[in-house]
Amino acid sequence: MEQINKDDISASRNDIWRQQLRNNMSAKERTAIPRVEMPHLEPDYRVSCSEEVNCGLSVEQAVTEASRCMDCPDPQCVSGCPVSINIPGFIKNIQRGRVDIAAAVLRNTSSLPAVCGRVCPQEKQCESRCIYHKMHKQPVAIGYLERFAADNAPIADAVAPTPNGIKIAVVGSGPAGLSFAGAMAQYGYDVTVYEALHEIGGVLKYGIPEFRLPNSVVDKEIHALQQSGVKFLRDCVIGKTLSYDDLHSLGYQGIFVASGAGLPRFMSIPGENLVNVMSSNEYLTRVNLMGAGSPMHDTPVAHGKCAAVIGGGNTAMDSCRTARRMGAEKVYVVYRRSEAEMPARVEEVIHAKEEGVEFLTLHNPIEYIGDDKGRVCAMRVQRMELGEPDESGRRAPVPIEGAVEQIPVDMVIVSVGVSPNPIIPSSIPELEISRRGTIVVNDCTMQSSIGDIYAGGDIVRGGATVILAMGDGRRAAQSMHEALSKQR
Amino acid sequence: MFKIVSKDLFSEKVVKFVVEAPMIARSRRPGHFVIVRACDGGERIPLTIADADVKAGTITLVVQDVGVSTHKICSLNTGEELTDVVGPLGQATRIENVGTVVCCGGGVGVAPLLPIIKAMKQAGNRVVSVLAARTKDLIILEEQVRAYSDEVIIMTDDGSYGQKGLVTHGVEQVILREPVNQVVTIGPAIMMKFVSQLTAKYNIHTLCSLNTIMVDGTGMCGACRVTVDGRTRFVCIDGPEFDAHKVDFDEMMLRLRSYN
Repeated sequence: MEQINKDDISASRNDIWRQQLRNNMSAKERTAIPRVEMPHLEPDYRVSCSEEVNCGLSVEQAVTEASRCMDCPDPQCVSGCPVSINIPGFIKNIQRGRVDIAAAVLRNTSSLPAVCGRVCPQEKQCESRCIYHKMHKQPVAIGYLERFAADNAPIADAVAPTPNGIKIAVVGSGPAGLSFAGAMAQYGYDVTVYEALHEIGGVLKYGIPEFRLPNSVVDKEIHALQQSGVKFLRDCVIGKTLSYDDLHSLGYQGIFVASGAGLPRFMSIPGENLVNVMSSNEYLTRVNLMGAGSPMHDTPVAHGKCAAVIGGGNTAMDSCRTARRMGAEKVYVVYRRSEAEMPARVEEVIHAKEEGVEFLTLHNPIEYIGDDKGRVCAMRVQRMELGEPDESGRRAPVPIEGAVEQIPVDMVIVSVGVSPNPIIPSSIPELEISRRGTIVVNDCTMQSSIGDIYAGGDIVRGGATVILAMGDGRRAAQSMHEALSKQR
Repeated sequence: MFKIVSKDLFSEKVVKFVVEAPMIARSRRPGHFVIVRACDGGERIPLTIADADVKAGTITLVVQDVGVSTHKICSLNTGEELTDVVGPLGQATRIENVGTVVCCGGGVGVAPLLPIIKAMKQAGNRVVSVLAARTKDLIILEEQVRAYSDEVIIMTDDGSYGQKGLVTHGVEQVILREPVNQVVTIGPAIMMKFVSQLTAKYNIHTLCSLNTIMVDGTGMCGACRVTVDGRTRFVCIDGPEFDAHKVDFDEMMLRLRSYN
C-alpha cells in the first residue's frame, strides 16, 4: 500500500501545473518568506468563553504559506505522517487556488482532515521532517494548511457506491470507528456504528474541548458519513446491551472494535478519593459532553478556585485550560519531569501559559489533604530532579530527599493516563488480550485472534493519537474488505 | 428514545415506571443497572433494574424523587419518553444455593432487591426478606417480595406498620433464631453500613449494592470509585455489588455528598 502511495506522490509531482509552480519562484524567494502565524483569540478573551482559540488562516495567508513549500522530489514530510498523506500534493493545490482538490487529496488517505489539522502533533510528525529545518528555518505550517483545506473546501458529494448488502458492525464512534465506517461505506458495505454514549464522536466529543476542536467540525464529518449511508445507534454497549453472538444473529459479517481507552488511571496515593479529586476524563466529560456549568444543563461540576492538574499530556493541557474557563483563578500543572519531556503539544503548552496556567514541573504529588467535609484542601508535592534515562529513553525523575511542600488547592484533576476499556475484552473470553488489557491484533491487517473481529485505536494501542486511530480504522477496513471479497 | 409504557405511584415521591427497552430486557440479569437521561441537557444517572419482561420488551425502574434529575424523571407520564436508557451495566449478582439468605432492603432499595430475592428463591435458597422504611406508606413492593420469600419481616421507624425499629433489628432477629448463610442488603449507604457492621459481628457473608455518583457508567470517568478492601474499585464495572464487610462506607458517603 505504501509503495503505491509513494508512486502516486511522485507521479502527481510531474503534473505540468506543479512544474510551473516550482519554476515560478526561486528557492531563495521561497525560503525568504516567514512562516505564517496562526491568527488566534487573545488570552484574556478566550478564557472567558469556549470559542476556538485558533481562528484559521485567510486565503491569502494560506496561499503564501503554501508557496513556501519547496515541493521536494523526495518529500520527507510524507514519511513523518502516520498515514502518509500526499502533503506536497495538497499544499500545491492550495497554492494554485484549488482547495477542493487539496481536500480531495487529503481525503484519499485521511478520513478526518479538519480534525487532524487541529489536533495532530505536527511538530513531532510531518513538520519535524520538513527540509526547512536543514536551513535552520521554521518548517512549512502543514497542519494549518491541512485545516485550511478541510474547512474551506465544499463537501464533495460522496459517490454512492453500489451497496453489496453485507452488514458490518462498528463498536465505538471515535476517530478509529468513524474512519473505518467511512472507508467501509465507500466499499459498499451496510455499516452500523454502535455508540455507548448518547452522542456520536467518542473522544472528539467527550474529551477534546470546544476551544480546541469545535463540535460543529466533528458533526460535519458525522453528517457526511450519514449521507454516505452509515447508520449510528446510540445508547448501545456492545458486550452488554448486545453480545458478540447477538451481532451474529443480527447478520453482521464483520466487526470492528474501536471502544477506546476507557479506564482512567490514578496514582494510588493517600487522599485520592477525596471529594473534588477526579480524573480528567470525568472533568472533561462533565464539561464537554454534559454541558456542566452552562444553562439548560443539569450535570454539576466542581468549580475550584485553585486547581491542580496532574500530568503533562494533551489531556492535562485540555483540563487546565478548561479549568481556567470554568472560573479557576489559579491553575497548576504538576508534572514530575521537566518541560522538555512533556508529551503535550508545544502549542498547547504555550496556549496554557498564555492563559495563566502555572507549571510546576519536576514536582510529583504524594498526598492530598481533606477538610472536615472530605473535600480536598491541599496537596503535598515532592520536588524531583532528573536522573539517568529510563526505559522510555527520557531522563527519569528522582525525588529530592526532604524537598516536600504543601500547596493549598480545592480541586485536583488527575491526568496520568488511561487503560483500555475492559467491557469488550471481558465479554468475549476467546479474544486474545495483552497483559495491558489491549486487544491483540495483526499489525498489518488489524485482525484479532477471532477471524471476523478487527480492532484499532486505543483499545489496541492503549493510548495514542487521533491520526493513529484513524489510520488503524482505514487499514482495518482495507484488510477486512480484502478478506470478505475473497470469501465471496 | 425509550417510551414509558406505564407509571404507578408507590407513594408521593416513589414512582414505578415500565419502560420500553427490548434489548436491555433481554440481556439484563439481577443486579444490573441502567444509566438514564430524562431529556436533552439532562444528567446521566444510574438506576438499578427492578424487573424485566422479555416478551413485552420492557424493564421496570423504581425512582425516588430526591433531586433535579429524579424529579424530571418522576414528572414524566405514560406515553412520554426517556431520552436515553443504556445498559444493562455492571456485574450481575452471583446467584447460588447457599442455604438461608436474608435479603434486606431499605426504602427504594427494595426495587433492585426484588430480582435478587426472586433469583435466590429460584436457586433453592430459603429466603427471609426484611423490608424497612420510615413509615408505612414508604414500604414498597411488599406483595411481590412475599411471592418469592419464605418469610417477610417489615420494620418501620415509627411503628406504623410491622415492627417498630430499624432494619438491623429485623435482620438480627433472624440471625439469633436460625443459621443464616448470606445477607444481601440494598438501600441508603448509612443503612448498608449498619447492616454490614451487624453481620460482620456474626461473620456472615454480606453483599451490598452501591448506588454512587456516575457519569458514563461504562468505566470511563471514575466518578463512582469506592475503596473496597483498601483498593480503589469502580462501581460501574467492578460492581455495583461488593462484599459489604470490605467497603469503606464512610468515604462513600462523603463522595455521595460531592455536589450537595
